[in-house]
Amino acid sequence: MKSFQFAITLLLAATIAQPIYADQVQIAVASNFSKPLEEIAVKFKTETGHEAKISAGATGKLYAQIEHGAPFEIFISADSKTPKKLVDAQLALAESQFTYAVGKLALWSSQENRVDQNGEILKNADKFTHLAIANPKTAPYGAAAIEVLEKLGLLKTLEPKFVQGENITQTFDFVSTGNAELGFVAVSQIEKDKVLTNGGSVWFVPTDLYKPISQDAVLLNKGKDNKAAQALLDYLKTPDAQAIITSYGYALPQAEKTP
Amino acid sequence: MFTPSDWSAIGLTLKLATLTTLILLVLGTPLAWHLARTRAWWKAPLSAIVALPIVLPPTVIGFYLLVALGPKGVIGQWMLSLGLDTLPFTFSGLVVASVFYSLPFVVQPIQNAFESLDQRLLEAASTLRAHPLDVFFSVALPLARSGLLTATILGFAHTIGEFGVVLMIGGNIPDKTRVVSVQIYDHVEAMEYAQAHQLAALMLVFSFTILFMMYLINSRSHFMQKS
Repeated sequence: MKSFQFAITLLLAATIAQPIYADQVQIAVASNFSKPLEEIAVKFKTETGHEAKISAGATGKLYAQIEHGAPFEIFISADSKTPKKLVDAQLALAESQFTYAVGKLALWSSQENRVDQNGEILKNADKFTHLAIANPKTAPYGAAAIEVLEKLGLLKTLEPKFVQGENITQTFDFVSTGNAELGFVAVSQIEKDKVLTNGGSVWFVPTDLYKPISQDAVLLNKGKDNKAAQALLDYLKTPDAQAIITSYGYALPQAEKTP
Repeated sequence: MFTPSDWSAIGLTLKLATLTTLILLVLGTPLAWHLARTRAWWKAPLSAIVALPIVLPPTVIGFYLLVALGPKGVIGQWMLSLGLDTLPFTFSGLVVASVFYSLPFVVQPIQNAFESLDQRLLEAASTLRAHPLDVFFSVALPLARSGLLTATILGFAHTIGEFGVVLMIGGNIPDKTRVVSVQIYDHVEAMEYAQAHQLAALMLVFSFTILFMMYLINSRSHFMQKS
C-alpha cells in the first residue's frame, strides 16, 4: 500500500514538475537569422526541454513592437545598434548583450559567370544597369555595401545604378528575380554548408573592406525571471549552436569582442 | 519645412497619380460600359479579375509584377525581345503597376453609374436614330458624371496612397520611383519621426479633403437630380 501511494506521488510530481522545469521563451528574431534559430531551437528543446516560440521580423519593426510592450523575452537582432538602444531605453539588460554572429557581405548575381571572384565587374560599370543594395540608412548590410564602394573609390560612379531594397531580403529578391543583374546581399542568404543554394556567381567581399556586421542578442526585461530565456542565450554560445550559425554563412565573433 | 527630397517625392507622386488616373479613365470607362451591359459568360470572371487588387495584399501584386515584368518573367522577356527595357525600377513600371492596382477603384464606380442609368433614355436616343457611340457620349456619359467623378477621385487618391506595390518594384530611386509613401516609410525606419510626421500629416489632410469634396459634390448633384 505504501509503495502504491509512493508511485502515485511520483506520478503526480512528474506531471506537475514538467511545466515547472520546461519553460517557454518568447523570442523576437531578425528575419535573416530566423532559419538558423529554428534549427537551434530544435536542438535546444531536445537538450533542455525548453521551448522557443519564435517571431521573425525586420529589426526596426521588432524594436518598435518591443518599445510598445510586445511580450518578447529575448531579442535577436541583425545589428548591435538596436539592442544597445533597447538597453539605453531600459527595456533590456545591458550585461546580457553579446554578439552571436557576424554577418558577411557578398556581391551576388543569379547568372553564372557574371560576377568574377575579385569583384572586378564593379569597375566595368557599362556591363550592368542595376546594382541592388539594401537601404543604407536602415539596413546594416546596405551601410556595409556603401563602405565597400567608398573604399574602392567607386561610390560616385555606381550610385546612379543603385536600386534599393528596404531590407536585405528585398534586395535579395531584386537579384534573384534578375531585375538587378547584381547586388550586395548577405552570405547567409545565398550559402548553406559552403554551397551556393541559389546558384549564380559571387564575390565574397574581403572583410577588411567593411566594418564587421555584428549581430547581437539581448535579454529583455520581460525575460528577466525566465530560466528558459537565460538558457537560450547561453545555448547560443555553445559549439553546437555555433556550428549551425557558421553553416548558414555567418562568421563567429572574435573571442575578445564578446563581452 | 520639407527637404528637397521630400519635395521631389511629392512631385513624383502627383505625376504618377495624374498619369495613372488619366490612363484608367480612358481604359476603364469602356471596360465599365462593357461590364455594365454584357450578359456574356465572361462577365463574372472579368469582374473578378478587375476586383482582385481590392482583396490581394499589395505585396502579392508587387511580387508577381516583379517576377512577371523582370527579365526572367513572361512579360519581361517579351519586352526584351521587342528591344525594350524591362519595367521594374522605372517610372513607367510604376505607372503600369498603379494602373493595375487602382483599376477597381475607377472601373467599379463608373460601372455602377452605367448600371443605374435609366434604360428608357438610352432606348429613346436609339429610337431617334442616334449612333451607339453618340448615345454613349451624349447620353450615357453625362448621366454617369457623378460615377466618373467618384472614379477619378478614388483612382487618384488610391494611387497616391499606394505603397506595397511601389516598394516591391520601385527600388526606391530618388526622382524616379521614390514616392511619398515610400519616403514616409524611410523616415520612420530611420527614426526621423519629425519628418515622417510632416509628410504623413500632409497625406492625411490631402486624403480627407479630396474625399470630403467627393462626397460633398456627389450629394449635391444627387440633390439637384431629385429636385
